[in-house]
Formats: sequence, structure tokens, C-alpha cells
Amino acid sequence: MTAQTEVPETKTAELGKARLRKEDERLITGQTNWTDNITLPGMLHIAFLRSPYAHARITSVDVSAARNEPGVIAAYSGADFAAEQGSLPCAWPVTPDIVIPAHPPMAVDEVRYVGEAVACVVARDRYAAADALAAIEVDYEQLPPVLDMRAALEDSSPKVHEAGNKSFVWPFVQGDIEAAFRDAPIVLERTFRQQRLIAAAMEPRAVVCSSVGGEFTLWSATQIPHVLRFLLAVVTGIPEQSIRVIAPDVGGGFGSKLQVTAEEVLAVLIARKLGRPVKWTESRSEGNMTVHHGRDQWQRIRIAADSDGRLRGLDVDLLADMGAYLMLVTPGVPLLGAFMFPAIYKMDAYSFKCTGVFTTKMPTDAYRGAGRPEATFAIERMMDELAAHLGVDPLAVRERNWIKHEEFPYTTIATLTYDSGNYEAATAKAKELFGYDELRKEQEQRRASNDPVQLGIGISTFTEMCGLAPSRVLGSLAYGAGGWEHASIRMLPTGKVEVVTGSSAHGQGHETAWSQIVADQLGVPFEDIRVLHGDTQISPKGMDTYGSRSLAVGGMALVTACDKVVDKAKVIAAGMLEVSADDLEWTPGRFAVRGDPDKGATIGEIALATFAAHNLPDGVEPSIDAEATYDPDNFSFPHGTHLCATEVDTETGFVKIRSYVCVDDIGAVVNPLIVEGQVHGGLAQGIAQALYEEAVYDDDGNLVTSTLADYLVPSAADLPSYVTDRTESLAANRLGVKGVGEAGTIASTPAVVNAIVDALRPLGINDVEMPCTPERVWRAIQDARGGEQASAAEQHAARQSDQTQGHSPQGIGTPDPTGGVA
Amino acid sequence: MAEITVTVDGVKYSDHVEPRMLLVHYLREVVGKTGTPIGCDTSNCGACTVLLDGQSVKSCSVLAVQADGADITTIQGLANGGLHPLQRAFHEEHALQCGYCTPGMILAASDLLRENPHPSDDEIRDGLEGNLCRCTGYENIVRAVRRAAQAGVSE
Repeated sequence: MTAQTEVPETKTAELGKARLRKEDERLITGQTNWTDNITLPGMLHIAFLRSPYAHARITSVDVSAARNEPGVIAAYSGADFAAEQGSLPCAWPVTPDIVIPAHPPMAVDEVRYVGEAVACVVARDRYAAADALAAIEVDYEQLPPVLDMRAALEDSSPKVHEAGNKSFVWPFVQGDIEAAFRDAPIVLERTFRQQRLIAAAMEPRAVVCSSVGGEFTLWSATQIPHVLRFLLAVVTGIPEQSIRVIAPDVGGGFGSKLQVTAEEVLAVLIARKLGRPVKWTESRSEGNMTVHHGRDQWQRIRIAADSDGRLRGLDVDLLADMGAYLMLVTPGVPLLGAFMFPAIYKMDAYSFKCTGVFTTKMPTDAYRGAGRPEATFAIERMMDELAAHLGVDPLAVRERNWIKHEEFPYTTIATLTYDSGNYEAATAKAKELFGYDELRKEQEQRRASNDPVQLGIGISTFTEMCGLAPSRVLGSLAYGAGGWEHASIRMLPTGKVEVVTGSSAHGQGHETAWSQIVADQLGVPFEDIRVLHGDTQISPKGMDTYGSRSLAVGGMALVTACDKVVDKAKVIAAGMLEVSADDLEWTPGRFAVRGDPDKGATIGEIALATFAAHNLPDGVEPSIDAEATYDPDNFSFPHGTHLCATEVDTETGFVKIRSYVCVDDIGAVVNPLIVEGQVHGGLAQGIAQALYEEAVYDDDGNLVTSTLADYLVPSAADLPSYVTDRTESLAANRLGVKGVGEAGTIASTPAVVNAIVDALRPLGINDVEMPCTPERVWRAIQDARGGEQASAAEQHAARQSDQTQGHSPQGIGTPDPTGGVA
Repeated sequence: MAEITVTVDGVKYSDHVEPRMLLVHYLREVVGKTGTPIGCDTSNCGACTVLLDGQSVKSCSVLAVQADGADITTIQGLANGGLHPLQRAFHEEHALQCGYCTPGMILAASDLLRENPHPSDDEIRDGLEGNLCRCTGYENIVRAVRRAAQAGVSE
């Protein structure tokens, strides 16, 4: 082994390079490892019988006939699990007096939403299991459903749980809110509806569990293998060291697979009962009913401003529909928004209050953005309302109030310290790409000519808090875990590198981006790096993937681990080169002797020497592998300016997005190709909330949108082409990265709705409830025109629709006459 | 049980199947072609799209017995060694993230280009209307199909 090496050529930095993804080859050739692809010897299939009622007492369940059906191995009711199934966990008890009802994975006495599991069959194949469900007899005594979160808070409302329908009230007040509103020249109040959404990841959930000699292996389509392992142990009492969780290829999550589900727990219990491997794969209609839903808030927002448009105060009163139970982070989701309502704006005072309400619907929980899209929607809609009130350009009123680039770091009224940002730069670039002034002129012309197709321009100058999260902050918010991430680097004797990350990817491209980061840190070729994740036996420690945290937290864990590798390699290199470690200089990939740069050792040579371990300095362990656990000091704060132009046909109510421009500042970029893809997909989901999607329950509590024929996930034909660009202000972490996974979703919903309202404002319209379907837009127009063209029945429907749109003078406490399902 | 003979990705199979068995379950569970995933149960999402005698079909909406005598191409048999131009284009344009919709999207796109070798962007969007993707926002899928068309995939 020589200590005299070729000096490697200067490599181009990987950071910022549009590397094609390592993940793709298996995905484009069908060599995938989805959970539903897994077949184990002797594996049985589970099918669940689910409640057809929103609320009912279970008076009897008889599974005996099902046990006699062909191919059936077992059939169980909730009573069969009662002693061992525990309660599905809620990790975020947001207040000391929060009501957290018991949540058995399989209902025993009472069902509280349509789709709750009441029994199951385990059979040789999925067809036999499904067939035998028909032989199960369940008697229910129906109880009244609770479907409107506002009515649920009235004394006369039926109760979802014995303890009542209120789970918690969480207040947060900063500054003198009364003074801010007292004598304010301008006070505006609006009520917005954040409709209930379904994440609809393309891969339905699936679980496989094997149980051998008391050791459990669970494959699951999950975002959180590590959190799941910990909580399976807590819920079932199975020792944590006896549980291995594997998240193989996972087909999208968007928050919906950030959960500990009933089916995962039951699969473990059934595998233990039978001593055989079991599989459950949901159908899409099962998934729409029983994968946790997102959003679902009523937002009453008041702003106080001076006559020049300066914000004095913001008062937010939320009702958040928890659904029937509190799942993993259900109550915390709206509170993530609590810190984001003030967004990029300066003000004197801020008051936030959130009331968590139980209804007999599927529980809500994290969905792409989780609390932050709701907050951003409300404040960005209000900034447009303020501009309209003042008669000024909505960008001008934003600029009047936003934090100027020279004011960073800036501590907001919501107590967050934004490390960096430049709202002026992003806005200037977006305006230019959009042709803002020309579009405003065209808008004037269309208004003047009374064009039946009106043009609207929507603005969203958003920010978000990402990189969840400093553990200390999570602790202060009563969250049940930390926000760190783990990484380890294994230096192989051939000079190749294995990178183990606790961040569990499900479409984000970690294998590629992580390789780029480590390549730069260690000076190893991109191709020589393999990234391992998603298996608690390979990657024993992690906090998993959500909240735009992977890069800002998990990426920093990589950098920290690489530092340790270099530190350890330095000691061994000094021995190899027979110099003092102080005389060595590191440029990624190689140590060189100061003053004698031809003399050195590459990281690969050091790895091989370490493997042989023949001549290591005394007392030095034969390893340069390292691991690191990184806990961020602060959140990161991506921001951007999104501009949307809509053409609204005032005769049909049809909305067409004519152009969409976004300029995002997500800090430093590791891979621009992946970043652009994340933005595109985020935009699509945010636009979908504005125009298409809503989970609708009927008056009996049945989910009407239980298929993709009814729940309108948009297709390529429904969405526009996007113009994306970036500005860059570096985050305070060493990589300078902020996160991008949620930006598009958070920003785009208000941009689209602002554009629709902007088109219709000359008609006197100041809101359209989401999703802004042609019918809703048309009704809003008819209503505004005083029903000239509307029949009496249509006027009645329009009035009802209008009340649900938040124009009700009675405010947030008034029951929705349509039951919230208009 | 009914006996069927089906050619899948160039290999002939004869099997006894339940008359109600879906083609996608036959492909996945009998033939072992797990490259074709299932995304819904109402033929809305298109994840399970395969070519049946050269035409794209949603294999969740075809019974295995209906495929008797047919020649089926899945994502695992689309290329004759190496990558099909559409597979390469999806990789190069970053037209996939989680990849779950990708097999169906590529096979639907191949049928689209067979019928219309040089589609406009709007024609690509309309042609892929039956295939849902939740990750990409479709922008890069349109670019990938355009790139494959320019490379002459249909020829």
C-alpha cells in the first residue's frame, strides 16, 4: 500500500447538479418492491368488515358462520382483540386538559364513523376473505350522527364521546390585541372554509406481517417505519427489540402514511394469534373512507389596519374537525398553522384560538402542509381583501407590510425567528415572468368591455415553517417525540460508501440527493455511494419523513456524520503518511501533507488501510465509520411569490387557469430536477384543493366521495403548465437548505382562489367557497346579480351556498344549514 | 374454473382461473408480474394499464378469462432488452417520483403515441386523462412523452 497517490482531478461540486435519479431504474421497469408485491410462504389474507353507520352501538357480532366458509382460517370481532389491542396512539396532547378518547383498532362497543372496522376474516386468498365477510352478522343500535363541527358544540348536540364533542381549546396571544383593534380605521372580518380532503396517494395502504418465534417483521406502506416500530411496541406490549418494520418502495404519502393505523396493529395481533404471515391491502374505496383525511376547518379571521394599509392586528378563531378520534398528530395539525398566520407580515398583535371538535367522521391528520396551507390561505385571502378595501394593488399592500430583506433575522409576532428571506426579489422576478402589468391592463379592458370571460389575477406571497423540528420546541408544544434525524456512513474497503439514513423516502429521491451531498463531503464519486433507508434493522434510528424535514434535518445529519468520518480518517492518514495530523490538509476525497501536496492519501486508501488495520496508530480503533444525530436549532422558512391568472366564464362558472408562475426561495438547492418536480406536484395538489377536491359526507354520515370517480383527483387534462423559477437566500444551516416538499401546495391554493375572486370582485363577490366548482362560481355570480337569471329554487340554493361560504352574519357559531356538505 | 391461454411479455401461459378473477390479479398473483400495480377499484386511476393485443386496457377492468388467447405486454416486457424510449424519457425528464403510476402511465403513453405519433401538449394531456399521478403535477410527464415522440418511439 502506497502513501504516494495521484492527486485526484478537481471535481465539479454535486450540489446544484441536475442528477438523474438512482431510484428510477427499478420504478420504470416494474422491478418494484411495493408491500402488496410481497408473498411469504403460507401467507394468509385479511379482509375487514366495516361499519355502515356513522354512529351506532354494537349490540352483537357473530363471526361463527364466516369461520365455516371455504378457505377461511379465522374470523374475529373486536371482542377477540379487546384484551390486547390497546388504543391507537395520539402523540400530541396539545393541552393538559385535552380529551383523548380511547381508540381501539377494532371497535368493540360503539362505532363512530362509517368504515370503522368491526370484524375481520383471515383466509387463504383475498377473494375467499372478501366473500366470507358476508357471513358475519353484526347488530347495531343506531345513534345520532354528529356531522357539523359547529352544531357539535351546541349543548343540544348528540355526543360523539361520553366526555362531549370538544377535545381542546388552544389559545395563543402575542401583543395587545385589544389595543390593535380598538379605534382601528379598518377592521375586516371573513370566514373561510377549509374543506375536508383525501390525500389519495397512488399506492393504497398495504401491510404484511410475519411472526416467527416471538419476532415480528412488519412491511408497511408507511412514511414512518421508526415511529411505527416504537409505537407498535407501546400499543401492543411486544418488546421493541422484537419488532422490525420495513417500509419497502412506498408509493407516495403526502402525510397520509404518517400514521399508526388500526390495520397495522391488527395485522401484528393476527399474525401472533395464528403464527402465520398475513397480508392486508386496502381497496381504494376502503382507503378513501379510512385513511385519515386532511384540513377541515372553519376559519374566522379578523384583521385591523391603519388607513394606509399597515397591519395592526390579526385575530384568528378556528374550529378544527378532529373526526371521531385523535390519531397520531391530529390535534397538533391546526396548531402548526398557529405560527404561520402572520406569515411574512409585521404587525403589533396577534391572537389565535383553535377549538378541536369531535364529529362522527374519519379522523383528520397530516396532509401535505399540515396546518400551514390553512394558515397561508387565510392570511393571503385577507391581504387581498384588505387591498380591495383600500382600492390598491394587492402586491402593494403586501409590500407595505412584509419583512424587508435587510431586516432578517426577524422575530415575528408569532415568536418565530426567520433566519433569511428576500420577498422583494422573489416578487420582482415573478412579476416579470408573469407579465403582471400587461395582465392587469387586459383585466381592465375585459372589465370595461363587460367581457363574459373575466380575467382574475391571484397572488400568494407565502412562507412556511419547515425542517421539523427543534426537539426543544416540540417539547414546549407537548409533542411526544423529538425532531432530530440520524445518519451513518459506512466506509467499505473498496472505497465505496454506504449511507444509512433515518429519513424514509417514498418518492422524494433521497437515494439521489443524499448521494450528491455525501459525494461532496467525502470527495467520493456519486456512483460509488449507496443510500439505505426504510428498514429498522438496517437503519435502526430515525424520525422519518414529513414536514419538509428530510433535507434540512436529515441532510444535515449526513454532513455531521461525514465530518466525523473525516476526523477519524485524519488520524489514520497521519499514521499512513508518518506525519502529524496537524500537518494534514483535507480537500474532499484526500488528505495531503501541508507543503508537500503530492504526498497524501485518498479516503478510499484510508478505508482500505483501516480494513486491513495492520499499521494503525496505537489506540486507534480500526474504523472510520461514523454516525450522527442532528437536532436543528431552528425551523427553516422557505418562501416565494406565486401568481395565477384565471379566466372565469361568468355565464357557466367555469374557471380556467391561464398561467401560473411561481418563484420559490428554498435556500440552496441540491438537485434542481428534484426540486422542480416537488414544486410541480405541490402546485397540482394545492390547485386541486382550490378547484376540484372535497371529501363529502351525506346527512347520514356516509362518505359520498369514496371512489376516484367521485373524489376528483385531477388528471393531466385538468391542470395547467407551470412556470417555475427560484431566488436564493441561504438558510442558517451549513447546507443553506430550507426544504421544498410542501411549498407548492401551501402557496397555490390561495393564489388560485384569489384569482377567481379577483375576476369576480366587480360583481360584488368577495369569496367563493372551495372547491370552486363551476356550480359554486355560477351560483355566486347569480346571487351577486340579485338572481336576475336564477329561478326561485336556484336563488334558495344560492343563499344556502352563500351561508356556507362564510358570509353568514351570525359568524362561526352558526350551524351550516346544509350540514357542511354543500 | 376456466382454462385460459395467455401470452404475457412473450411467454405463453395456460392456467385454470376463477371466471371472476381480474386480469390484474392474474398477472400479479398467478403469472407473478408484480410490475403492474393496482391503484383503485373503479378503473379511474390507470395504474394497472397494460397492452392487450397492442391496445392499452386497465387490467382491473378486464377479466382474466376475457384475455384468453390475447397477447399482453406489461411494463416488464415493454423493452426488448435495455430501456424503451418512453422509459428512458421518463427517467431523463424526471417524470416520476414515487413511481406507482409510472408503469400504467408509460403503457398508456405508448398507446397514445401509436395512435398519434406527434401529439401536441394538449393532445398528450387529453390522451393521458385516464391515468392519475399524485406526485408530478404531470408537467414532466408531458415533457417525457413529447421527448419520446421526438425520438420516434412509434416507429
